[in-house]
Amino acid sequence: MNIVAIGLALDLAFGLLALAVAVFALRARTTYAAVVGFVSFGVLLALVWFRLGAPDVALTEAAIGGGLTGLLMLNASAVLRATEAAAAAEPRRPGVRLVALLAAATVAGGLAAAVLALPSPAPTLAPLAVAGAPATGLGNPVAATLMAFRATDTLLEMVVLVLALVGVWSLTRDDLWGGRPGRRHQADSKGVLVFFARLLLPVGVVFAVFLLFVGADQPGGAFQGGTVLAALWLLAIMARLADTPAIDQRWLRFWLIAGPAVFVAVGLAGLAFGVGFLGYPEPWAKPIILAVEIVKIVSVGVTLALLVAGPPMRPRGDDR
Amino acid sequence: MNSATWYGLVGAALAGIGLYGLIVHPHALRKILSFNLLGAGVFLIAGVVARRGAAAGLPGDPVLQGLVITGIIVAFAATALAVALLLRLAETAHTASLAEAALDRQREPVAGSDPAGGRTGSTG
Repeated sequence: MNIVAIGLALDLAFGLLALAVAVFALRARTTYAAVVGFVSFGVLLALVWFRLGAPDVALTEAAIGGGLTGLLMLNASAVLRATEAAAAAEPRRPGVRLVALLAAATVAGGLAAAVLALPSPAPTLAPLAVAGAPATGLGNPVAATLMAFRATDTLLEMVVLVLALVGVWSLTRDDLWGGRPGRRHQADSKGVLVFFARLLLPVGVVFAVFLLFVGADQPGGAFQGGTVLAALWLLAIMARLADTPAIDQRWLRFWLIAGPAVFVAVGLAGLAFGVGFLGYPEPWAKPIILAVEIVKIVSVGVTLALLVAGPPMRPRGDDR
Repeated sequence: MNSATWYGLVGAALAGIGLYGLIVHPHALRKILSFNLLGAGVFLIAGVVARRGAAAGLPGDPVLQGLVITGIIVAFAATALAVALLLRLAETAHTASLAEAALDRQREPVAGSDPAGGRTGSTG
């Protein structure tokens, strides 16, 4: 079998598997099983992204789409287990399934028709991105897109992360404001989880920093690195090697704001130096981008971890 | 049919599966999960358009790939907010269903006695 045929067989298998796992997540009896299905779906989808020539997206999908979203929903499904029976026993209005089926078939059919009708040759910005990349000093055109060509998107996305966290925190009960997010975790100090966390923490931190620096020229970057940092922090919290911080602490607020703030400051500096908002003067482009990314990796890590941890559930004195 | 078109059709089917689950499931966490499946399908179609734009030695259009990365992270932020809202709903109204009947049935015993919300509820 030649390499093209193997590739096609892989594509067929990945696509069918992703669909099968999605249907499983849709039909699973318990929410817990559905979430486990969703996490596997995220990993399969990451493989699909590799096959589509998008390793940067694959890393993001595996880390955020499957990993953090999965963790968030696993926690929620454990808390909501008691509500499942009532929701399942709820009387269904007749015809809802039929209407849903029709709506789903219409949307899927319309999208499929659009996919089949895509223009050929396809419009692309790839040559422009390649032509512009040397000015940014970045060898990875996706990183150049995120940090230079479409830097406003990345800036706004960091603002969205902070706003979402403000939304989550605003759901805190009045008497718990300034407390610690999440429930207290139980962990056996001689158990596998604690051992695993101790083993993984140093390795993971090195890997996150590696992702940050390699992201300039290879797949990776501050968002993927920040997600790894967030996952490590959450692991340490689950193993009770650390606790979630009380949300009114200064250092915490500082790191939440630092990423977007440095980004905005660099943008305004570009305006002052006459290269436009979020423009970088050419010889300094790479050092500036790297500086922004170093602040961003910590900022993103802290924000993502706190989004998963949720609103405060315990008074701040409740630490150990 | 090449690989990109095949994955485009997979993306379309995923969007359909997600929309179906979003409408049919009464439990709100299942709705959130289904909405993420829908989003994954839409992102996948964007990835297919990026793949078709492979040129200048790149495997895909990097601008569209960058936008998908931004999209995945924003989708995560929205999911986190939705889950937090749902957990608060479950804490105050003891239901995870959005049906009005379920909400009314649960709300009645504590209505009027609990302006701050949730203090009478179980917080375990």
